[in-house]
Order: sequence, then C-alpha cells, then structure tokens
Amino acid sequence: MADEVPNLAESKLTALVVDDNYVNQSMHHKLLDRLGIENDVVCNGQEAVDVHCSGRNYDLILMDMDMPVMNGIQATKRLREMGIESKIAGVTTRAKEEEMQEFMEAGLNDFQEKPLTISKLLSILHKLDFYVHT
Amino acid sequence: MQRQVALIKQSLFDQGYLDEQFVELEELQDDANPNFVEEVATLYFKDSARLISNIEQALERGSFDFNRLDNYMHQFKGSSTSIGASKVKTECTMFREYCRVGNAEVFSLFRTCDECRCLRTFKQLKKEHATLRKKLEQYFQASK
Repeated sequence: MADEVPNLAESKLTALVVDDNYVNQSMHHKLLDRLGIENDVVCNGQEAVDVHCSGRNYDLILMDMDMPVMNGIQATKRLREMGIESKIAGVTTRAKEEEMQEFMEAGLNDFQEKPLTISKLLSILHKLDFYVHT
Repeated sequence: MQRQVALIKQSLFDQGYLDEQFVELEELQDDANPNFVEEVATLYFKDSARLISNIEQALERGSFDFNRLDNYMHQFKGSSTSIGASKVKTECTMFREYCRVGNAEVFSLFRTCDECRCLRTFKQLKKEHATLRKKLEQYFQASK
C-alpha cells in the first residue's frame, strides 16, 4: 500500500483540517502530509472562519460536522457567505439523512464518512479534480 | 522478537479488540514518523481517559442527563473508530442507544431500566478500554 500512495507535493495543494477531536486531527493531518499536501489544523468552525478572516486560503477544507462553538454546517454556510470558494469536503460519522442534506446544502462539494483513510481521501481529491488516477 | 510482535498483533485482531482501521493507521507510519501509531494511541488513551472521567462525573450526579452523556459518548466513539478500537466502539454504540431510548422514555420505571443498562454498558466499556490499553502497551513495548 505504502508504495502506491501518490505524492502530490508538486501540485502545491493546501488544506485545512477542521475537527474538534484530537485523534482525528492527528490522523487527518498525517493523511494529508503523506500525500504531500501542506495543511493546517483548527478545532472548530469558528476557528476555521477566523483563519480565513486573517487572510489564509486553502484549496481544500476537510470539515467535521459535529463541533462545539460553531459546527460544520454553520461554518460551511459562513465561509460561503464570505465568498470562500475553496472545495469543502464534509467528513462525518454516520449521520441522519436530513443532517447530511443540510450539510450538503450549506455548501459542501463532497462528503465522506469517518474514519478517513488514504483511499477515501484520494476519492475526495479525485472527485474535486485535484487528482487523476493513473 | 518479530514473531512475538506479529503474534501479539494478530491476537488483538482475532480477539476483536482491533479492526482494519488500525491497519490504515499503520499505513501512515513511515521513516519520517516511525512512532506515529504509538503517538496516536497515546493521544487516544489520554483523550478517552478525560471522557471517561467526564462521564463518571455526569453519572455520579444522580440524575441522568442523556443528552450530555450521549455527547461525551459520541466523542468517545469517534476516537475509538478512528484508531480501530472495535470492542470499545461497540460498547459506545450500545451506550448511545440506551441514551437515545432513555431520552425518549416517558415512564420513569422504564427510564430507570435504561439508566441501569447505561451503567452496565459503561462498566463493560471501561473494562474493554483498560484491556486494550494494556495489550497495546505490550505490543508497542515488544515492537521496540
């Protein structure tokens, strides 16, 4: 498996991990690192909004749904209202149909069920046109 | 020694303590981060100890706040799923189900039954969590 992992460092992609869970933060950060994607980590939706207000921008945002202070749905809506056009992928544990609908309608480009794996992340990148399978 | 490590690891899977998500975690370990799996496991046990303490405090208060308990358990389940802690994840799922049923329960007698189920499940969860911790510590020690 390790030999098949593509290195996307040349594409100079950047990503933001938005998750309140420390284990998930560590894993998602490492997943992105492994693919050569420079990334930052924040703990909730409000911090995701704040980091964009400070002028940072990312190609991809991995947005958890359930977070304190500001959840993923609220944060996604807020970022879109701010004119942020980054690709946003919702990353959730199994949620109800209506919750998923609400999350998508907030402005997601894709979603995946947790836990994220390399193959799920590649699927996101492929769907959002950041990566082409060879 | 390597055979011993392999045997310990295999038994963790055979006995259902770990699932394939742990393999995904191991795939992320490389020369740049040779102790990544152990670091994540350490983070998990530190975080889950905090959650266990929060849940214990919530249960000691006497009146069951199912919403609060479910919220803690949601976090616990999330971490357990990410690390591949299969048995712990199962207990979290059961606990959340009892919270969901208990929250909807109108009759106090049945609600008390749900509270008992929550307590029993939490006891089992702590047992599985402690066993996993011990076994993973053995595994990481043997891997050095």
